[in-house]
Amino acid sequence: MKKVYSRIEAIAGNVITVRAENVRYGELAVVRSAQRTSLAEVIRLAEERVSLQVFAGCRGVSTGDQVRFLGHPMQVSFSDDLLGRIFDGSGRPRDKGPELGEHMIDIGGPAVNPAQRIIPRNMIRTNIPMIDLFNSLVESQKLPVFSVSGEPYNPLLARIALQAEVDLIILGGMGLKYDDYLFFRDALEQGGALNRTVFFVHTASDPTVECLLVPDIALAVAEGFALRGKKVLVLLSDMTNFADALKEIAITMEQVPSNRGYPGDLYSQLAARYEKAVDFQGAGSITILGVTTMPGDDVTHPVPDNTGYITEGQFYMRNGRIEPFGSLSRLKQLVNKKTRPDHRALMDGMITLYAAYKESLEKKAMGFQMNEWDRKLLKYGARFEQEMMDLSVNVPLERALDNGWRLLADCFSPEETRLRSELIRQYWPAREEGQPAPSRSGGTD
Amino acid sequence: MTNGKVVGVNGNMVTVEAAGDVSLNEVAYVLLAGKRLKSEVIRIRGSRAEMQVFEMSRGIGVGDEVEFSGEPLSARLGPGLLGQVYDGLQNPLPELAAHSGFFLERGVYLSPLDEAKRWPFTPTAAVGDAVGAGDELGSVPEGIFRHRVMVPFHLAGAWKVARVAAAGDYTVNDEIAELEDESGRRLPVNMSFHWPVKRPVTCYRERLRPQEPLVTKIRLIDTFIPVARGGTYCIPGPFGAGKTVLQQATSRNADIDIVIIAACGERAGEVVETLREFPRLPDPRTGRTLMERTIIICNTSSMPVAAREASVYTAITLAEYYRQMGLHVLLLADSTSRWAQALREMSGRLEEIPGEEAFPAYLESVIAAFYERAGLVRLRGGGTGSVTIGGTVSPAGGNFDEPVTQSTLKVVGAFHGLSRERSDARKYPAIHPLESWSKYRGAIDPAAVAYARAILFQGHEVGQMMKVVGEEGTSLEDYVTFLKSEFIDSVYLQQDTLDPVDGAMPPERQRHLFVLMFAVLAARLELGGKEAARAFFNQLRQKFLDINVAAWQGDEFRRLEADIAAFTAAQRAGADEKGQRLLEALRAGAPGRGE
Ligand SMILES: Nc1ncnc2c1ncn2[C@@H]1O[C@H](COP(=O)(O)OP(=O)(O)O)[C@@H](O)[C@H]1O
Ligand SMILES: [Mg+2]
Repeated sequence: MKKVYSRIEAIAGNVITVRAENVRYGELAVVRSAQRTSLAEVIRLAEERVSLQVFAGCRGVSTGDQVRFLGHPMQVSFSDDLLGRIFDGSGRPRDKGPELGEHMIDIGGPAVNPAQRIIPRNMIRTNIPMIDLFNSLVESQKLPVFSVSGEPYNPLLARIALQAEVDLIILGGMGLKYDDYLFFRDALEQGGALNRTVFFVHTASDPTVECLLVPDIALAVAEGFALRGKKVLVLLSDMTNFADALKEIAITMEQVPSNRGYPGDLYSQLAARYEKAVDFQGAGSITILGVTTMPGDDVTHPVPDNTGYITEGQFYMRNGRIEPFGSLSRLKQLVNKKTRPDHRALMDGMITLYAAYKESLEKKAMGFQMNEWDRKLLKYGARFEQEMMDLSVNVPLERALDNGWRLLADCFSPEETRLRSELIRQYWPAREEGQPAPSRSGGTD
Repeated sequence: MTNGKVVGVNGNMVTVEAAGDVSLNEVAYVLLAGKRLKSEVIRIRGSRAEMQVFEMSRGIGVGDEVEFSGEPLSARLGPGLLGQVYDGLQNPLPELAAHSGFFLERGVYLSPLDEAKRWPFTPTAAVGDAVGAGDELGSVPEGIFRHRVMVPFHLAGAWKVARVAAAGDYTVNDEIAELEDESGRRLPVNMSFHWPVKRPVTCYRERLRPQEPLVTKIRLIDTFIPVARGGTYCIPGPFGAGKTVLQQATSRNADIDIVIIAACGERAGEVVETLREFPRLPDPRTGRTLMERTIIICNTSSMPVAAREASVYTAITLAEYYRQMGLHVLLLADSTSRWAQALREMSGRLEEIPGEEAFPAYLESVIAAFYERAGLVRLRGGGTGSVTIGGTVSPAGGNFDEPVTQSTLKVVGAFHGLSRERSDARKYPAIHPLESWSKYRGAIDPAAVAYARAILFQGHEVGQMMKVVGEEGTSLEDYVTFLKSEFIDSVYLQQDTLDPVDGAMPPERQRHLFVLMFAVLAARLELGGKEAARAFFNQLRQKFLDINVAAWQGDEFRRLEADIAAFTAAQRAGADEKGQRLLEALRAGAPGRGE
């Protein structure tokens, strides 16, 4: 048993400093106050001065409290007993179930050797055209939903989780509103997925430091299952709260902020989590779907910005729809090979036209005359939003592709689409009886 | 050798009380539970050394033993580097996987070169020859290259060959020669040696001005903003704009001997694509696999941050090594911002006074010194070799007005800036054609290129104007200029990177297409009205898009070419005088490098 120290020298923010010996960097300790106990982690060693981050926060901690070092880093129990259970950010049960203490594994373990990774192979179908057609989700991908707060991103996450063909779902909630937590629980229960789900939930009223632990705990458990051959989908909502918790700690530690108060290592911190997404050759996989709320709807804010550089494509959610702009996932290997030969060309072609529609819309808003081309674009854009972007559309990819061609044929002549003649010959829909051909641009009005 | 004890740990920075002499940038090892964690001394204060640990620092405690090596951080050079996949410290990752499985295990360092492999050595130096650092002693075949076995670069002064091994098979550790200095001291050498990665290799005769284009087979680059062999360029761009796709395409298609990919602090998944595909893809120049001309240095974002900095230096050192063999090497670093951020993290831990956006004040000089290691050189034994550096930059918020982009722009020879607007509209490669620039000269007549560029520029102006006055307030002439600029954009600047034909366009075909396009640009067109003009360009665009994917000089290609000529001729009402002159010069095959 390790020695107990009872002289806390400094308390600042969520960090305490004690004098102690034989302590290791990253080691865990228990801080025992009169009212409660909390776990704490060693975050700095300077000779015999040891700084610890107290998971439950320092409110109420006194200089006379006891600190007992445990001799190991933060761990979580890993077994099938986790399934269907709900825990908080430190891994304590939130439901009425028993505390789990068997098969402890370290969290925040080492990175996967890049030479051991394989190229993502399997598309995860969601039947949402904006995803399947325009930004396919791939097994082992890491993908955030960028959104302003208030958008229905949690229902989207739940819908994807239920529709996706995965073995296990792990939900990491950070600063989650209690209602949202209940929503997830009910949605997964109704979908019959509760017994293959594990929850690690930090709610908005829980201590900040515990928020920091959620992704690591959730991903350590995911890794455990993936190594056992399971296809795991990890949902993280909301990573902006995680980043804000990092910021808070950095400021307490008097680190020089780099950008709007966030620490210089924000990128590395986020990457360390997202890069846990992996497809293990000969075993299972981890796919990460996160939510990143954009403060002030600003994509250049450090959190969405750094997240964008790390993740493989993003979904932008605005006005209850997924926007077609923003960067793409790494689907080039898949599309073409496994879906349909027209997939990639159609996806780029339709977006180029939608971008042109946006320009025409702007022109119109400024009161300029609409020419024939503008009118075609306006028709196209409105139908695109209705038939592709609306989240109520629920069709398989192949249907969505066919619908896309139909939409193009209804609005444009073939050469206006910028698609190659070869594809047009193959996919351009035959005109239905009684439907007039769209006039060529250049015809007289 | 000096020893020491850990007295503090802060993230990946460890403070050590040293019991003897310590030098800056020296490698040291923290001994932890039977493991040796590699570190580098980055500051010394009295008897205290501050070191960055190249590994996860979890578990290190006050009082742990430290061993200083007395050596700076070095790369091992010798035959067998090609085709390897290393981490930032030159640890071979596939071997590491064989040793440790799925996860990276800290404290495991394997030999960068295959020590058992026997190389057929042919001596070229003779006993009595006067030699110096970098001079050839013999050679071994390494894939398609003649790998020169050289006098180790660190051997300063004049030496004489005292003995050289007979032709035969040797491992990298076998002695292949003995050198003797003026005082008669003898030194055995083998086929491999170490070189400190942060020191440029300079044992060549002189540096030359880069002039020959480095063909990337990307039209927008080769024609409008070319890169030169031995030059430098940067690709800044917001996330998802296509930096990595551009570099991956270049790593496959560039007309160059050797490609070194430094995947620095970005996604592991992207390296995997290269790693898995290159061993299967043929190199169009040689018919062998691309992997045989490639080295991958990989320190992706979740690997230890301190080794990110090391990774770019390891990469450039290997590049310089092959340059010494008279080869042309292209180093692609993705992304230099991550390396700058690693510097920033460490500077913060050292509590240095922060500069802009908390980057250290010396950021600019560090970046400049790195790019300065590129260059075309004349070797001492005659012949030339080059190192070209292309680095991506990932500016915060996609805003180029930030320290890393700005410091880089000051030192590079070409700027390929990616634009969010173009990538959102899926106009790939999303390089901004007007904002980007190059100081190098491409393969097409610069005057003709300038003419096309002027149309792009005027078309852009008209486009901006139309946003204010509307199409109705724009003259037909201006409108046609606008359509011409859009036409250049969609048939020449945009290129389908993933298409086997369009994706990699050799210079010959680029020139052909350029002339075809130029004929339209130079023509005065009789188009009646704006609607008709738009329809004309729509149809013309379609023909060009089709010809861009047609097999070079095949039936379909010729048919489309004739079709384009006839289609344009039908609307042609004379030509712009200057345009016509340039067109004729282009057609006559006037040398692109003239004037
Ligand atoms: N030249 C291109 N052709 C087709 N798609 C591209 C091209 N460049 C980028 N993309 C798309 O954009 C995505 C992001 O590109 P990437 O190179 O990873 O961006 P960055 O490195 O700038 O963050 C790619 O996965 C791909 O879908
Ligand atoms: Mg990239």
